[in-house]
Amino acid sequence: MGWLWNKSHDAPDQDKAVNDTAQPKADQAKAGWWQRLKQGLKRTSDLLRTDIRDLLARREGELVDNLLDELYTILLRTDMGPQAARQVCDRLAEQYRGRLVTLDQLLASVKATFLDMLRRESTQIRMATAGPTVILVVGVNGSGKTTSIAKLAYRLQNQGYRVLLGAGDTFRAAAVEQLTIWAQRLGVPIVTGPPGSDPASVAHRAVAQALQTGADVCIVDTAGRLQTQVNLMEQLKKIRRVIQKQIPEAPHEVLLVLDATAGQNGISQAQGFSEAAGCTGIILAKLDGTAKGGVILPIQQRFQIPVKLVGVGEKLEDLIEFDPVQFVEGLFA
Amino acid sequence: MFESLRTGLSNAFRALQGKARLTEANMREGLRLVENSLLEADVNVDVVRQFMENVSAKALGEKVLNSLDPSHQLLLIVYKELVALLGPADPTLPLKKEVNVIMMCGLQGSGKTTTCGKLARWLQERKIRPMLVAADLQRPAAIEQLQVIGRQLDVPVYTEPGAGDPVTVCRNAVGRAGQEGCKVVILDTAGRLAIDRELMDQLVRIDRLVQPDEVLLVVDGMMGQDAVQSARAFNDALELNGLIMTKLDGDARGGALLSVRAVTGVPVKFIGTGEHLDALEPLHPEGMASRILGLGDMLAMATEAQRLVDEQERQRMEQKLRERSFTLDDFKSQLEKLVRPGLLQRFMSFMPGMDQLRELMGDEDATLALRRAIGIINSMTPQERQYPEIIDLSRRCRIARGAGVPPFEVNAMLKQFAAMRDVMENLVQVGAAERLQAIQQLQQAAIRDPFSVLQRTKKGTGKRLTSQERERLRMQREKELRRRKRQQRRGG
Repeated sequence: MGWLWNKSHDAPDQDKAVNDTAQPKADQAKAGWWQRLKQGLKRTSDLLRTDIRDLLARREGELVDNLLDELYTILLRTDMGPQAARQVCDRLAEQYRGRLVTLDQLLASVKATFLDMLRRESTQIRMATAGPTVILVVGVNGSGKTTSIAKLAYRLQNQGYRVLLGAGDTFRAAAVEQLTIWAQRLGVPIVTGPPGSDPASVAHRAVAQALQTGADVCIVDTAGRLQTQVNLMEQLKKIRRVIQKQIPEAPHEVLLVLDATAGQNGISQAQGFSEAAGCTGIILAKLDGTAKGGVILPIQQRFQIPVKLVGVGEKLEDLIEFDPVQFVEGLFA
Repeated sequence: MFESLRTGLSNAFRALQGKARLTEANMREGLRLVENSLLEADVNVDVVRQFMENVSAKALGEKVLNSLDPSHQLLLIVYKELVALLGPADPTLPLKKEVNVIMMCGLQGSGKTTTCGKLARWLQERKIRPMLVAADLQRPAAIEQLQVIGRQLDVPVYTEPGAGDPVTVCRNAVGRAGQEGCKVVILDTAGRLAIDRELMDQLVRIDRLVQPDEVLLVVDGMMGQDAVQSARAFNDALELNGLIMTKLDGDARGGALLSVRAVTGVPVKFIGTGEHLDALEPLHPEGMASRILGLGDMLAMATEAQRLVDEQERQRMEQKLRERSFTLDDFKSQLEKLVRPGLLQRFMSFMPGMDQLRELMGDEDATLALRRAIGIINSMTPQERQYPEIIDLSRRCRIARGAGVPPFEVNAMLKQFAAMRDVMENLVQVGAAERLQAIQQLQQAAIRDPFSVLQRTKKGTGKRLTSQERERLRMQREKELRRRKRQQRRGG
């Protein structure tokens, strides 16, 4: 079993990460979200960049199968999956096989491929033209829904919106308490229901209260569920219907919270939740760890659900806007 | 969308089917697809590469090249190697006389708190009094969550409201457990990123000062390539004793388990298969291997089935199957257990190639066929149920009238019963080869055409041919086929 123990690919990366976090705070604030995005993605970018440079430094010149195989391995490490990685490599092979390539050419090509996969459209939260905007947040267990909701509420609050939360996770122990604590910290109203009650009724009352009190945004939490749980997916549909009854065009956004550490199951999650709840966007949470979150590439490719926000830390302000162009630039900058 | 994931491997081996011998070239194709399948299952790249090297070396050996059924042999090698890497599972917790301390650690959202509750319940079932300790002071309401779980199980929960240092909380808790007569203390630590030095140091401090007897790493079953990095960080910082993989009740293939096993080398203690507190099971390396390979977790299916029937009945049923005296009455009682909302779809999710089918039909559709089958069996006499061979035209018409279905459905049901019986009888046989064959048979049928009824496999005629004879027969067959084609062309 010990055949992998000695192989260490990430040791240099870890040192870099320590340096990053040691940077002065003032710098971070000045550089703004772009800096933070870059930091969140730094691991992916470092990895891709240095390794590609290595590849070319070691054997400059001709693009051969060996080289492509190594590139394939590097891409796989980002969690983008064998299929998407193979596509990238095939495309490179087609363009450059047997030719002399420079780093710039290779990078430009990979970038172009990634940009093809990532949809370049607005990542803004779609707001209602009139009346409250309803945002439904869904995802598997432990993906970071509740924390992301708190961050999203904080973000919208800072943009001048009056936010209301609906604690629709009536299943998991103390989930309501968790969101309530966040609501208190943020000073936003929250609608809750007793444990085990119908989440659709909580959603209904949250929307009703938003209408009544004239709140700008109503964010509805849901219990974590696996996309294979038929009954729970039906429950999501019901929550959707209940919201729609009061505001026909609601929910204006259905955000899927995806764990950046997730592997290929992310694809199945995107599909399952889209079918049940009609996801309009993705929040990629926990991108501040060593995980790369590359699974969003095949997800974009297959379902065209735009990534709207990225979670890059545990603090309230650590939810930043996602921009595909910047994302790709961040990978290789 | 999953056809590539789930049937990739079966395709690889289908390519081998009908070929008498493995050449290095066609095997490489098969191995490449195995590799792909493992990568789709989120096994770490390096782990996959190592694994493939091992398997290739074995598979390219002479034994396989000269074996009579190469596809089976190759599959068995891959499968056995996987089982060896995943196992042996160790669903035990060694307990000493004094207070035992179990520390749970893992990333955020991996399912630590829920798993603490499951472990407590597991201990309770074994008449051991556990105590839960809320050492997660980071996440809002983590303490409340543990308290709710404690109330549900009637297990004491130790908390220190307003405490700042989890290390002291853990230490005090161990002291309290002794006073309260709790034999096992379960520490629910805060989730953390592997690169968060500060929080990792805190874990190390708990480890050093409280000296837990068991340190268990909780790993999310949906994790991707990063599983290696985080498991390595936890393994370096702490002396891990075991793994628990969670969220395996969905369609995640759980390849991360292989990665984590490879990195840490510690055994898998349990797997989490649901949100309820009783959903903690020992790992079956065989089932997990099939699952990672994308063969579908037939063992999980068998386990689920086991849950539906009590032990006695299960033994009776197995006995019957082994004696090959499985009747329509038994079939009916099994069908009746399946007619439960959502259950069938869950079963289908275990099986490769069944995904599309599952999506296509609602719960009603799924159980409708079963209810009809039950209705048909209900319209039979006891004798007919015992010996379905006696059902002739007039009996068939009578049964059809009784059940309110067209007569051909009676026939279809009987055919399906015969095919099912074969597969199930094979499944309970002791030999691994027979079981594997049954699994493959199910899977092939599902992939070929999910809507078709299970085909009965042809039994051997008892006559064995030499390879020369087979070759001659094959030539004859092909010649005949060519002749027919020629004729057809001329005719058309």
